[in-house]
Amino acid sequence: MLRFIVKRFASALLVMFAISVLVFLIFFATPGVDPAARIAGRNADPATLAQVRHSFGLDRPMPVRYLLMMRHLLINRDLESFVNRGSRVIPQIVQATPVTLSLVVGAALIWMTAGIVMGTAAAALRGKAADPLIMLVGVVGVSLPAYWLGEVVNLITQKQLHSSVFSWVPPPGYVGLDHPGQWALHLLFPWLTLALLYAGIYARLLRGEVVTALNEDYVRTARAKGLSERRILIRHALRCSLIPIVSLFGLDFGALVGGAALLTEVVFGLPGIGKLTFDALQNLDLPVIMGTVLYAAFFVVLANALVDILYARLDPRARHA
Amino acid sequence: MPDQPLLDVRDLRVSFRTRQGSVTVVDGLSFSVAPGEILGVVGESGSGKSVSMLAVLRLLTSPNVTVEGEVRFRGRNLLTLPDKEMRAVRGREIAMVFQDPMTALTPVYTVGWQIAEQIRAHEKVSRKEAHARAVGLLSDVGIPDAASRANAYPHEFSGGMRQRAVIAMALSCGPALLIADEPTTALDVTVQAQILDLMRELNAQGSAVVLITHDMGVISQIADRVLVMYGGRAAEEGPRRAVFHGPRHPYTWGLLDSVPRVGGPRLRRLPTIAGMPVAPGNLPDGCAFAPRCRLRHDRCEERPALRDFGDSAHRDACWLPDDNRASLRLTSRAAATDVPDMEREATP
Repeated sequence: MLRFIVKRFASALLVMFAISVLVFLIFFATPGVDPAARIAGRNADPATLAQVRHSFGLDRPMPVRYLLMMRHLLINRDLESFVNRGSRVIPQIVQATPVTLSLVVGAALIWMTAGIVMGTAAAALRGKAADPLIMLVGVVGVSLPAYWLGEVVNLITQKQLHSSVFSWVPPPGYVGLDHPGQWALHLLFPWLTLALLYAGIYARLLRGEVVTALNEDYVRTARAKGLSERRILIRHALRCSLIPIVSLFGLDFGALVGGAALLTEVVFGLPGIGKLTFDALQNLDLPVIMGTVLYAAFFVVLANALVDILYARLDPRARHA
Repeated sequence: MPDQPLLDVRDLRVSFRTRQGSVTVVDGLSFSVAPGEILGVVGESGSGKSVSMLAVLRLLTSPNVTVEGEVRFRGRNLLTLPDKEMRAVRGREIAMVFQDPMTALTPVYTVGWQIAEQIRAHEKVSRKEAHARAVGLLSDVGIPDAASRANAYPHEFSGGMRQRAVIAMALSCGPALLIADEPTTALDVTVQAQILDLMRELNAQGSAVVLITHDMGVISQIADRVLVMYGGRAAEEGPRRAVFHGPRHPYTWGLLDSVPRVGGPRLRRLPTIAGMPVAPGNLPDGCAFAPRCRLRHDRCEERPALRDFGDSAHRDACWLPDDNRASLRLTSRAAATDVPDMEREATP
């Protein structure tokens, strides 16, 4: 176990190093892109440009600039944004993290529950009318992009029906966990919007897995043992079908925590990691981009490691491999 | 009748709905199993052996399957039993062991857990007690160090061990009938013998056994009675000795002749039954075996019923004259060995 953790940690460091170099090079080694020109604003005279270059350290050699940036980001933790002078990167990320975590964890609970229930029910009812019906709901969910669905949800809950049915819906935004009721209320529609997309995918995937499992020999053995259909479905077929689902979940979850929930965050005005990355990209604010990208990479690698641990818990055959 | 049969199957008919129409794979099969007896069911692949036994336990779950007829077990018709009562029969009164032990166990649970699960499905016992019984069963079927092996996962067992574990599971509730579907086919010969011994021991404890196999050798070692199936129908049935020493149906002759004998004449090529097994859905109206039979005649256009000839226990479905079967068999065998590439090698 210790060896596993050390190995994982080392590979995480390697991945993050590679990504940081890549991001850095994209910014500074791309021909025709001059960060100083962006910072100094339009039509800046050469003297201003030179001064900007100097004050941002852009006149130093590239490897030195990279090391300096990393030192400020990771060791001194005082790396500042290029665009908003004085605003530090790390506190921004620290502030955005609970927002994104709240959104993603809540949505994940909803979509995993809905996906498992829908997928298992559809598999159990295959051949009956309910199966294609459930799968249709799944397809619809997959087909509605968050930026569209989110806007429609906002339109309905904030405008059209706000005076009647949805008068209880608060305006878009985020309320911290110190007010749990308001927190949940503000996040309810973002959760549902984000979850709908994934619930559909997971339901379809799981249905296929469970249907396959129900045709396995071990299910026949379970029936011959005299177990109830419900027990066969849940304890045997579903249990074995969860293995591939869990690995997919780890990847999706890691990516979302790392900022892939961007569209949902932007639509619902949630100041999370996705929103932070989005704004930084629009301003080509390299320090913030660097911070958020490394943060995202960290979560993706971490999620992968967790998936591996969980995988071994779920599938005894993977334990010694 | 001296004793009431334990299992009495009457006119069992299993058909599958396919794109090409309905295909009958078991066509009016009748047989019975007496308490404590071992019935060997033989036939080539596709003769309907497995399907008929799965139908008995109602394990054919495809919506495209129709099962008709009557399956009386201890007087109750299993085919019309409510699902809940049927579940109580499965595993407790009738247990089944399948052919491939590699895939028969759920991969994510320990072997002991899976045995305990069956015990707890039928009896009100504690988790701990069920586990202790599972360990005892594993040790009974010859798994060394059963207490720790019970906590191993199926993939940590060898094929033979897994089949033992599956048998231990089948025995867990002391079933009156064990249906074993080719339990030794996927195993090494040495392991096969051990598994057969296990079946014999179980039988000695009072359980009846239906042993499905395509291996005449296995049947000759263990069965009390033999049922020979062809094309979803019974071709011959009778006590083991009668079937092996005085086989009456040409298909049974073919099965017996295709087994090499230790110490017998060395054949350059083993005799085979000419032609291919009949495809379900393509059954002739008359005798199913007629297209491959060397002794077919006009009467074979008509479907023969299972009939006895004085000895009520030994019956067969064939239009050949009742007496003289032994000499007819020799004639048929001679006709088969006339083929040049089948000539006998001189034995030293």
